[in-house]
Amino acid sequence: MAKVLMKGNEAMALAAIKGGCDAFFGYPITPQNEVPEYLSYHMKENNRVFVQAESEVAAINMVYGAAGAGARVLTSSSSPGIALKQEGISYMAGSELPAVIINVMRGGPGLGGIQPSQGDYNQVTRGGGNGDYHVLSFGPETLQETVDLVRHAFDLADYYRNPVMIAVDGLIGQMMEPVDLDNKIASMDLPTKEWASNGKSGERGRLNKIVSLHLDPYDLEKHNLKLKKKYDEMVEKEQRYELINTDDADIVIVAYGTVARVARSTVKTLREEGIKVGILRPISLWPFPEKAFEKLPESVHSLLTVEMSLGQMHQDVRIVNEGKRNLAFYGRAGGVVPEADEIADEVRKLVKGANA
Amino acid sequence: MKTETIYQPTKGLTERQLTYCPGCTHGIIHKLIGEVLVEKGLLDTSVGIASVGCSVMSYEFFNCDTQQAAHGRAPAVATGIKRTNPDATVFTYQGDGDLASIGLAEIVHAAHRGENITVIFVNNAIYGMTGGQMAPTTLIGQKTTTSPRGRDQGDTGLPLRMSEMLATVPGATYLERVSVHDPKHIRKAKKALEKAFDVQTNKQGFSMIEFISTCPVNWGMTPQDSLNWAVDQMIPYYPLGLYKDGTKEEN
Repeated sequence: MAKVLMKGNEAMALAAIKGGCDAFFGYPITPQNEVPEYLSYHMKENNRVFVQAESEVAAINMVYGAAGAGARVLTSSSSPGIALKQEGISYMAGSELPAVIINVMRGGPGLGGIQPSQGDYNQVTRGGGNGDYHVLSFGPETLQETVDLVRHAFDLADYYRNPVMIAVDGLIGQMMEPVDLDNKIASMDLPTKEWASNGKSGERGRLNKIVSLHLDPYDLEKHNLKLKKKYDEMVEKEQRYELINTDDADIVIVAYGTVARVARSTVKTLREEGIKVGILRPISLWPFPEKAFEKLPESVHSLLTVEMSLGQMHQDVRIVNEGKRNLAFYGRAGGVVPEADEIADEVRKLVKGANA
Repeated sequence: MKTETIYQPTKGLTERQLTYCPGCTHGIIHKLIGEVLVEKGLLDTSVGIASVGCSVMSYEFFNCDTQQAAHGRAPAVATGIKRTNPDATVFTYQGDGDLASIGLAEIVHAAHRGENITVIFVNNAIYGMTGGQMAPTTLIGQKTTTSPRGRDQGDTGLPLRMSEMLATVPGATYLERVSVHDPKHIRKAKKALEKAFDVQTNKQGFSMIEFISTCPVNWGMTPQDSLNWAVDQMIPYYPLGLYKDGTKEEN
């Protein structure tokens, strides 16, 4: 398929259909409404399931049921709605159920606003549900990267039997860009879902149960350790990132999503001024791409984290940095997107600081 | 000597020992569901959804595929299963705290959408599993651990009648309230269950059977006194009978 010009939310919805999504359950919330709107028409057309639930809570539990019955399932929402889904996400992690969750992030806390934000970083990477669990999560930069990840996310969810979240800010959801929805992506060899609880016990000669309850503490600990093995595998295999102009860099901007797009302009401007600046762009948010930091050259003396939040990802940068390099932070919040010039000013401060 | 089997456990239940307290009617209700699923030939194609409460472990007891849902969310979980597997028989098993309190939105909207599922609603007017707290269904004057002086209307309103409420929801198809306090009513309850599963098999939409149940331990009564209390106190407030039969309207 040739490239088509599509709005981010609609492109993600179509990518889900291309990714083999059998069922969608969701609830309206700005700025992600084009996802359910698009799917309400096109899922039926493709003989698949679309249900507008009574709440985000109900939607994620419908996802739980359908995923537990073996379907490839999608839900989408935005920040306050994702907060409501956290209960179900914890249950899905506990019951080892695959699903893809799209989060088109807006400003918070509370109702916050409807402009683009990255204030859900902690919610995405730490999770708001109870218990020891992780959600494999990605924060893509372009629509092409977003649709490729949405398609691939269904495979990843099935492979790990774990929820996978695509966290984009409202800008990526709302903007238009040319995308190729048949772009070649890695496909995974996946076993059939022998574990699915779908009313075929007679056919299979065995009962299947989808359960997150383990009343015996030793039994639950064993289950927790089994889950941890999967998370360890994700940390090993799923760290994704891009290093941009870092080979000769003195200063590296750490930014993801829309902020990374803006930072590319910053780098262009500053390079023309002779300032050696690059970008470390996390694509996977959990696991955080620690390996990318190991690849930075010795010449990098300072890292500048730039986020559309007040320092949530910066905490991870501090953990990875272990005091090795100078750290600086610049964040805008509430739906304000940082300008390339603002970021450039912050980088210039570091140049001066290093020379002082 | 020739032997004849006159009574045996239903194949609709597994051999796991039930976790319910002595004298509670969950066991009877489980058995009725198991029998109906076997007799209708639905057991091997069923998915049962366990809720949170005393029946949290019911996924161990029903001899079919099961899923365990978060508190109150069983009708949403059932929706997800049924929509993606329309040929499966999907039923939820929920108590009054689960269905009438935390899961009120999910049950009303499953009925509202006319989801083709069967809901087994066990109403014993109390939170059993957590140790006997007040439920929306607790009767006025009834003592619980969170209404120690008896449920007071001024503070907590009047007990919620779910079958009556759902009868006002246009999307619901079949609603009946039954009791299992004596053999006659048990037979009647089984008939109601059969009808509810028929409604689902015939793709006629949402069905719910509400069982008046007992909780001897948390009511502080013997099993026999509990049954008497259910008859004398609960049934007058929660009258037995058919609340909606949309299958007739369609014919």
